[in-house]
Amino acid sequence: MNEKQLRTLIEHVREGSLPRREFVKRLAAVGLTAPMATQLLMHSGVAIAQTPAFTYKPTKRGGGGPLKVLWWQGATNLQPHFANGTKDQEGSRIFYESLAHWDGEGNMVPVLAAEVPTRANGGLSADGRSVTWKLKRNVTWHDGQPFTADDCVFTWEYARDPATAAITSGVYKDVKVEKIDSHTVRVVFPKPTPFFATTFVAAEGMIIPKHVFGPYAGAKSREAPNNLKPIGTGPYKFVDFKPGDMVRGELNPNYHMPNRPYFDTIEMKGGGDAVSAARAVLQTGEYDYAWNLQVEDEVLKRLEAGGKGRAHIVPSGDIEFIQLNPTDPVTEVDGERSSIKTKHFAFSDPAVREAMSLLADRKSIQDFIYGRTGTATSNFLNNPSRYRSPNTKMEFNVDKANALLEAAGWKKGSDGIREKGGKKLRFVYQTSVNALRQKEQAVVKQAAQKAGIDLELKSVTASVFFSSDVANTDTYGKFYADMQMYTTTMTQPDPERFMDQYVSWEISSKLNKWLGRNICRYNNPEYDRLFRAAEAELDPVKRTAMFIQMNDLPVKDFAIIPLISRPRVRGANLRLQTQLTGFDLDFSQLQDWYREASVG
Amino acid sequence: MGPYLLRRLLIAVPSLLGISVVLFTVLALAPGDPFEELATNPNVPAEVRVMLRAKFGLDDPVWQRYFRWLAAMLQGDWGFSFISRVDVDTLILQRVPVTLAVIGLSQLLALAIALPVGIISATRPYSVFDQIANTLAFIGFSLPTFFTGLLLILLFSIKLDWLPFVFRADISATGWQWWWENIKQSIMPVMVLGLFQGASWTRYVRSAVLDVIRLDHVTTARSKGLPERTVIMKHVVRNALIPVVTLVALQMPAVFGGAIVTEQIFRIPGIGSLLIDAILRNDTPVIMAVTFVFACLVIFFNLIADLLYGWLDPRISYR
Repeated sequence: MNEKQLRTLIEHVREGSLPRREFVKRLAAVGLTAPMATQLLMHSGVAIAQTPAFTYKPTKRGGGGPLKVLWWQGATNLQPHFANGTKDQEGSRIFYESLAHWDGEGNMVPVLAAEVPTRANGGLSADGRSVTWKLKRNVTWHDGQPFTADDCVFTWEYARDPATAAITSGVYKDVKVEKIDSHTVRVVFPKPTPFFATTFVAAEGMIIPKHVFGPYAGAKSREAPNNLKPIGTGPYKFVDFKPGDMVRGELNPNYHMPNRPYFDTIEMKGGGDAVSAARAVLQTGEYDYAWNLQVEDEVLKRLEAGGKGRAHIVPSGDIEFIQLNPTDPVTEVDGERSSIKTKHFAFSDPAVREAMSLLADRKSIQDFIYGRTGTATSNFLNNPSRYRSPNTKMEFNVDKANALLEAAGWKKGSDGIREKGGKKLRFVYQTSVNALRQKEQAVVKQAAQKAGIDLELKSVTASVFFSSDVANTDTYGKFYADMQMYTTTMTQPDPERFMDQYVSWEISSKLNKWLGRNICRYNNPEYDRLFRAAEAELDPVKRTAMFIQMNDLPVKDFAIIPLISRPRVRGANLRLQTQLTGFDLDFSQLQDWYREASVG
Repeated sequence: MGPYLLRRLLIAVPSLLGISVVLFTVLALAPGDPFEELATNPNVPAEVRVMLRAKFGLDDPVWQRYFRWLAAMLQGDWGFSFISRVDVDTLILQRVPVTLAVIGLSQLLALAIALPVGIISATRPYSVFDQIANTLAFIGFSLPTFFTGLLLILLFSIKLDWLPFVFRADISATGWQWWWENIKQSIMPVMVLGLFQGASWTRYVRSAVLDVIRLDHVTTARSKGLPERTVIMKHVVRNALIPVVTLVALQMPAVFGGAIVTEQIFRIPGIGSLLIDAILRNDTPVIMAVTFVFACLVIFFNLIADLLYGWLDPRISYR
């Protein structure tokens, strides 16, 4: 899809001949998230339909009893700016809120903001360099103090200060936040930023109170007693916290939205594993909701037969994919292996890479391993049907792979393994320890064997594989293997943070302690050029078209093999009404959760 | 006994120091990084991770970190968790009551099973009761706790729906309700651990009693005309229990260590699950604190066991 086609589609939405949902779906097909699509529309001045996809039924606050949720990785701290991963952000979200959150369709829902800033209401500036947020009035913190613009400005200063070492600093350090009046703030970006919804929005945007954290800014941040006793604006007030075990909250009687929250108390229990969590929600009904049920679909179906709960599959941007190493993982150059100065004996040959991608049986992986919890895709952030070349479809063809390899000069030896110039096609294929992943590896290995490629399967324990330990040779950043597989998460709806995984200056190497984002060592000047152009591009439609172009390059080059698009799998009681989204936290709309009186 | 006690205490200090050095070195050499969850989050810039490592002193040489830890420990500061950003002693103290309650109860249950069954088995060796008790004991300590735990969950929670299987450390009810709720959720983990432990202790008690029952003084007591019950309780059991008492004393530190597998299955927030979480997340201060306390307890209870043995058995003297 190019820029012209995008503009045409947007015009159709404006005229009303193309429903907004359809537009969002089309953009999802080329790999753009729903929030990106809505942002495009907002920037072009297309009015957002106010149709709520969800009606909130309860007519009074409270009376719902306890809400019991299970997070099998328990929250270990409750300060959103110190969160180690999403579990802590979820725990914090019970008490804190951001100015706006994303809903399941990718719409921005104002929570602490009075309205969503648009071009029409003056919230978005014409040059794309600033956003003006109007804050809701009459919002109070849990201790009774009023919520004002000072708290937003403070949150910005707190998070951007390097001495605080907040993990959200990436979002705040390049912007400037100005207070316009007691209930208006303006966020100023250094460059025109079409996707403005990073500061003060979603998981990284939770606002913390100035009067509580003020004395503990900077180096003293870890001493703040309220790091463990949150005071926020959220639907529940803090009661108790045992790190790794239990978070408890009670209804906030002064919550700023009417008739909310429905539940009187909330308990977030941590620990255990995914299967027993599924059991507790789906089979025994002891708990109302469970997070991240990384369980085989067969098991989920059996548990659902108990009739107490069901699994919710929520689409998200996460992708399970295989990376093919273009460098040599064995030879050591200047103290590092998999150095950009070396070339892989087999994967530098495009025919081998293409053959490998033909050997990934995505359909079987989806049908027999993931079931409902995964969708086969050859999309990384791109659409297969745009390609001229037929190979980029979701194709699984062992014969074709054989033919390709044969034609490229890789002949089968006496042991059935192809070789050329004395080098055999024997690869080390690594991933993390995970029952589903090991099965995926077995499927790929079987197919590869039929094509004369021998795969040695290696699995590294997750806490080591995903670590950034410089001394360890098994991390995914080091990529000291021929192929590796994992899921990359799209934590933000804007693709720019996702697409920097293929630019040459992010190549993971010894120089940057293997912290670079380009782990598959992809090096393409065309890609770099497009990325730089997209960064500087002010027109959001042009920019989107550039992202789509960029998306195709690593897949067309077969540098990566996308396998499965991983939606989020959650379990909930049949009567529990939740608002789940794939673009924000599970609790992003926690205030709207309620329980139906009866099913149906 | 005085000089013996003093000598033992003096030896304990270098033992503890040696243990702490080994622990610290092993943890420092182990792969993994407490901030690895941040590594997979693209929104967290690499500089933040580097700064966090510097802030917690993770890039300093091992010996420097060790002495820093030692100095803090001696001053009563048990450290600061990297993951929870909380003082370690707060974390541990939060979990002590539950650990003591559940694990402690299971040890008591084990004793309550092992003593009577072991004694009766020994007094009627190779009888039907003995055969059955032996078989059950073998089965008991052969089946791993995760297996028996899952069996009990499947039976009592899922099939019969009598008992909850997710443990809640803070039940908001009061009075009888609170006790009843706690009993209901504790029965299964206590049974799992108690039966497992009780099975092996039954065998010990049985062999200890068998050893004593064939001694001459027991025959003398019988021939004096004492009732069998008195013979058993006063003469046999009191002597046979000496090794058993020391065995139980040596098991006491395990109560603190918790039961890692059972805690995972039932989601009990005990010290065992704290330790395993800390190990998986490379949260060094927590691991050091918990294992160091465990080492101290082991040394302490070893000393108690030795003293107890000497006190109970007049034939032992201290040198």
